[in-house]
Order: sequence, then structure tokens, then C-alpha cells
Amino acid sequence: MQIPLSYFLLTAALLFSIGLAVVIVKRNAIVVLMGIELMLNAANLNLVAFSRFDTDLTGQFFSLFVIIVAAAEIVVALAIVLKVFQHFQTVQLDEVSELKD
Amino acid sequence: MTAFVFLFFVMLTIASAAVVLISRNVLYSAFSLMVTFLGIAALYVFAGADFLAVTQIMVYVGGILVLLVFGVMLTRNKADRGTGQANVIRTEHSRTFWGILTAGGIFAILSTILAKARFDTVERNHFELIERKTTIQELGIGLLTDYALPFEVAGILLMVALLGAAYLSGKAKNFGTKE
Repeated sequence: MQIPLSYFLLTAALLFSIGLAVVIVKRNAIVVLMGIELMLNAANLNLVAFSRFDTDLTGQFFSLFVIIVAAAEIVVALAIVLKVFQHFQTVQLDEVSELKD
Repeated sequence: MTAFVFLFFVMLTIASAAVVLISRNVLYSAFSLMVTFLGIAALYVFAGADFLAVTQIMVYVGGILVLLVFGVMLTRNKADRGTGQANVIRTEHSRTFWGILTAGGIFAILSTILAKARFDTVERNHFELIERKTTIQELGIGLLTDYALPFEVAGILLMVALLGAAYLSGKAKNFGTKE
């Protein structure tokens, strides 16, 4: 049996909104990174769902490269978060506001 | 039957993503994020992307999530250590109203567009589903022919990211530290 395309798209939309809410609401930098990963996964789900109708699988190639970029992004972001923690002794984003003063 | 299994995985994915949003315990968020990644891998299988499902499990569950949990462990406050209390790492919520409003707005816009686009009729009339046993052969051939350049660039990007992260998170003196 064939799953309709719109189910995938609706799931991806819901995941994207939840990821966006996580990014806005949470104050811990690492949980914000989790929200970014959720949003990237939602975009990937869309690409994969559309590539079912594609003869040369362009969507799946694109989402493979998205996964690679996401891995590089999370590695560098966590290194920066560790540096921020060494500097400020906290990862709560609202307390890291030295440039504001 | 397939539809029920699909709906089960959709529910699992959405519910565990919601736990990431609701829970105040960072480690609970991390582990429910793992369930979300596994659910998305199952959805990839339903979309006919078997290689991507395995890649998802290996990269996200095996790599990124372990890295996130390491990040959680390395960024604990020193004040919490050795107090004899349970090791609970909490995160505060702020701007809850605006967060929910923005996310709800985005979801409303997206679902309205999806409802108006009528993908079901488009799907029925214009596209023919391609039945594949596996996508691994096509992906492998594609990566070494049409997508050879992006593949190599991705390799260089990963190496640069690895070296940069190792340099940044190393204990260099007088680099980024106060005094």
C-alpha cells in the first residue's frame, strides 16, 4: 500500500514547527542545537518524500549532503559552546550577553 | 496494516519531538531526541529510502546524539558538583508565549499551503510511482559520477570541521578564556 505524500509533508511541517519552538523557548545552548537538528531533519523528510517520484533520486542525494553539513555544523557548534562555557561558566544563552553592555 | 504502522511511527516521532520541547531535563530531551531520530529513520523506510534510513541511524543516533550528550556532560556547572544531590541538568524556559505563537503560526501557514496545494490529485494525475527494490546501487553510482565534486567537497568540509573543532575545544592557553 502507498502512503500519500501529504502525510509526510504534514509530519515534516509539524516537526519543523516543534524544532522552531525548541529553538525559541529553550535557554540552554545545547537544547537549542537539538531544535536545529529537528528542523534539519524535517527538511530532509520533505526531500526524501518527494524523491519517491524521481527517477534519478536527486532528493536523496541532496538530503545525504544535508546530513553531512548537519554533522559538520553540530561538531563546530558544540566546540564553540564548550569555549563559551570555559569563558562564561554557563551555557544559558540569556546570560551570555557581554557584547550587549 | 502498513498505514497503521506508518501512523504509529508518525505518532512516535511527533510525541517524542514534543517531549524534547516540553521537558525541562536536558538529558530527557536528548534521549527523546534519539527516539525522534529513530522514528524519522522509519519514515525514510516508508518513503523508500533504505540507505538514507541506515545513514540517519548511524550519523544522527550514533554520532550527533552521542556528541550532544558529551556536550551536556562537559558543560555542567561546577557549583552543582559534589553537593550530594541528584545529577539533574535543567534548562529554563523563556519567551514561551512568543515561541509557541511563532511555531504555531509557521505550522498554520505550512498546513494551509499543503491543504491548498492538493498534492493528492497532483500525485495521482502527474506522477508515477517508481518501484525500487533498493536505492543503494543508484546512490553509489551517482555519488561517483554526477555528484563526484560535491562528494569530494563534503569530504574536505568534514575534515575542516573536524580539525576546527579539535582546535577550538582544545585547552589552548590565552585563547578565548578570561584572564
